[in-house]
Amino acid sequence: MVSTIETRPKKKTHGLLLALPGIFWLVFFFMLPLIIILALSIMTPSRGGIGGDVPLTLDNYDDAFGGVYFRVIEQSLITALTTTVICLIIGYPLAFFIATQKRPFMKQMGLFLVILPFWTNFLVRTYAMRTILGQQGPINAVLLNLGLIDEPVRMLNTQYAVIAGLVYGFLPFMVLPIYATVEKFNFSLVEAAHDLGANDWHAFRRVILPLTLPGVVAGVLLVFIPSIGAFVTPDLLGGTDGFMLGNLIQRQFRGSGGNWPRGSAISIVMMVLVSASVFIYLRWGERED
Amino acid sequence: MRNLFVGLLVMCLFVLGFGVITVGAQEVTWTCPEGFEGQELNIFNWATYIDEEAIPRFEELCGVTINYTTYSSNEEMIARLRQGNPGFDIVVPSGAVIPVMVADGLLEELDGQDLPNFVHVAEQFVDPDYDPGNTYTVPYQWGTVGIAYNKNAVGDAELTSWEDVFNYDGNVAWLEDQRAMLGVALQILGFDPNTHNLDEIEQARDFLLENGDNVVRIAEDDGQEMLLAGEADVIVEYNGDVFQIIFECECDDYAFITPEEGTNVWVDNLAIPTGAQNPELARVFIDYMLDPVVGAANSNYIAYASPNQTAIDEGLIDEELLTNPFIYPTEEELEKMFFILEDPDTEQLYSDAWDELSVLIGG
Amino acid sequence: MAQQTLTQKTTHPPATFNHSKIQRDLFIRRVGKVGLLINPLVSYFFLWAPIVVLIIFSFNDAGGVTQWRGFTTKWYTNIFNNALTAGSGSASFTTELLLQSVKNSMIVSISATVISTIIGTMLALSLARGRYPGKDYLDTILYLPVVIPEITQGISLLVFFNILFRWLEPVGINLRPGFGTIIIAHVAFNISFVTIVVRARLADMNPRLEEAARDLGANEWQTFWRITFPLIAPGILAGALLAFTLSLDDFVVTFFTTGIGNDTLTIFVYGMLKQRVPPEINAISTIMLLVSTILVGLSLMLQGRSVNQSRIKQ
Repeated sequence: MVSTIETRPKKKTHGLLLALPGIFWLVFFFMLPLIIILALSIMTPSRGGIGGDVPLTLDNYDDAFGGVYFRVIEQSLITALTTTVICLIIGYPLAFFIATQKRPFMKQMGLFLVILPFWTNFLVRTYAMRTILGQQGPINAVLLNLGLIDEPVRMLNTQYAVIAGLVYGFLPFMVLPIYATVEKFNFSLVEAAHDLGANDWHAFRRVILPLTLPGVVAGVLLVFIPSIGAFVTPDLLGGTDGFMLGNLIQRQFRGSGGNWPRGSAISIVMMVLVSASVFIYLRWGERED
Repeated sequence: MRNLFVGLLVMCLFVLGFGVITVGAQEVTWTCPEGFEGQELNIFNWATYIDEEAIPRFEELCGVTINYTTYSSNEEMIARLRQGNPGFDIVVPSGAVIPVMVADGLLEELDGQDLPNFVHVAEQFVDPDYDPGNTYTVPYQWGTVGIAYNKNAVGDAELTSWEDVFNYDGNVAWLEDQRAMLGVALQILGFDPNTHNLDEIEQARDFLLENGDNVVRIAEDDGQEMLLAGEADVIVEYNGDVFQIIFECECDDYAFITPEEGTNVWVDNLAIPTGAQNPELARVFIDYMLDPVVGAANSNYIAYASPNQTAIDEGLIDEELLTNPFIYPTEEELEKMFFILEDPDTEQLYSDAWDELSVLIGG
Repeated sequence: MAQQTLTQKTTHPPATFNHSKIQRDLFIRRVGKVGLLINPLVSYFFLWAPIVVLIIFSFNDAGGVTQWRGFTTKWYTNIFNNALTAGSGSASFTTELLLQSVKNSMIVSISATVISTIIGTMLALSLARGRYPGKDYLDTILYLPVVIPEITQGISLLVFFNILFRWLEPVGINLRPGFGTIIIAHVAFNISFVTIVVRARLADMNPRLEEAARDLGANEWQTFWRITFPLIAPGILAGALLAFTLSLDDFVVTFFTTGIGNDTLTIFVYGMLKQRVPPEINAISTIMLLVSTILVGLSLMLQGRSVNQSRIKQ
């Protein structure tokens, strides 16, 4: 097996054999299922909605864009974008703070404390979030005891709860890539900027931010993608006004909706949204270069 | 010497297995037919819908292992089976959906009336319209959809009707049971709850939307937990689920009512889905659940109405439950309630209407 | 480092001297400093508060997480007792299911990690050292699992297995979703992550080391095991660790590919959240957090050591 990685100029292909299991797996259990979904999305639902039939149709996309379902696309976009922006606002200074610690130990501890909560189970964390936001949870208890409110505030089962849950879930995805770029950043550039008369804000705007932008963009994507496709968080924390694309898709496959072609079409729409954001990222990257 | 010891141990287990199993004061006399030791049974049931003792007891009596999975609506269960039964041996569909399931070939013939314990089934549940001759099912429990509320939260306002729920100023949770909820709206609007008319179904959807501004969540059969956690003051739920928490908390905080306008009444049934891995053992389990002592213990635990006449006649069902008009409604109350009968032709109309409602409600 | 340079700066007066401008700049600096101090405090609080609540309530006598009713360790003893007496009648039904689900999670995560680490490392080696047509396409495909939302992966695999099993049925092959489907699905999204991590490590490695080994007469097999493997081992370990975490934490893909009787911990907790959460969940999460803290700490120590070593070697 290993012999194939050996440089053998005479052969046109080498190293392919090593890649075969990976290629097989990705093609069979990743690409093929996606192609099936694409095909399903232009079919007529068969009886009971499980499976597709001819004739081919674009009705499912019509469903996804026209009428009531468009609202869900809109709402998911808003939720995902808000989550991303909040993650950025919280995550950038945090990453900056950790990366600029002088002692390596503090750096490691800083990162450790960001990552460690994520070693408890995702569902358990969401459950903890549900407890905290609940009517009888600690936040309401504190506010009540301080006399700031007269009766518990409804935080659970709202869109805000969903955003809080998503920010909580995906903040490390923002912090880590930004940390990586800030860590590599050469701070003598800031000094140079100051020498040229820039204040801290200008130095940040003109020097630090542009040079750490790749990390920011990576973080934005890493938060935005899972946020737009979220299903558990809105399911457990959001009520009627936290409904997202993920919930809609889940209903078509596992819940009461039972309409595979429609669910496939909505998934494809979501994938297009994600691809568009990745595309913008790549174009941006090119421009930066 | 060692063999003797093992023999003694086995004998002890034997005695324990058959002698000590009792339910409250009643002894479980049901015996498991032989030859199932070491086998597995996969049960797919509604959440919070079985006596916690019933499963380990059956495992012990038959020497089998049970895998227990739950669902929260008929639609969810049917969707799972339509994708190809992943191996469930027992499902618990409501009468409403059984014709559709039979038409789709999702159920295996059971010949329920041949089961030894079928004799205990109350007359009105034998040979039901939705399953003539009990070919595919035997009754499990029956109940209604009603309204529960937190007395402290609603204050003096005593809720008695759907209208009170719609007008309530506070947090309300509805129930993820599309046919029951749309049925309620259809009934209030003066239509047939089983209408085939798309226009009427859409009117029902719009009626619910207009009246759903206070809905914070459409609960998936867990509304009672929202009530307990204070996340909702008023919920729409199945009666037994609510009485489970009322009896458990031993407090006077919660109330359950049957709405004035009428509501949905249903019968849930034990059935064997097509593609079951162990239909023989499934039959044995169904017979076990029909046993008066086992069935009564189950109904006492989950607080739903039992279709087991013998259990009722022999006083095995708690008096507290039997005399509760919200668990065993009077004839007069039952008159106002409606049964759902799912029709394969209109199934999609209802689920589309409900899907749209789920998207549009709130926010 | 930043603060260092910033404080140094004050010794250099700016080119144009303007009193109000300096006031403003100092104000900006103060805001920045305060912000940089408050933000981490708030963020760490936000990240840890739910965890702390969870740990505290794992000692709550009341069982729920809404009211405190005194200190107890009974949920921990319950877990240990059940772990000891698993399978016997004395174990509580729910606790037994909980422990079973932890076991199932381990089966799935470990299998998926082993398979994806092997395949992913091979793929990384091939991409870094090989030359063949279509390599660029492979590169693109590799990033798909990273950018495609989990739910799309989940439903596409649900449909795929469904169709596959339906086709195989007439041939007499009767397959059902279960551990097999879950592990296949987990490997499918893990391969990419492992490959990306290992390849990054390979890119950092000096290829001349391999050349030198060969010049000294080592064959390919020896070169790999003596030179390449030890140097990329930290990368492989990091990839495996990432795969294990992703797999253990996954809910969505598992949800759509699971069968019966193989509920993982996430699936089990999800089910419980729809009914009532057993109080042992808090205790078992605390235990898992403790174990993972130790594991992460150990791996950090190991990594630190191996980074130092590789620096020395280079």
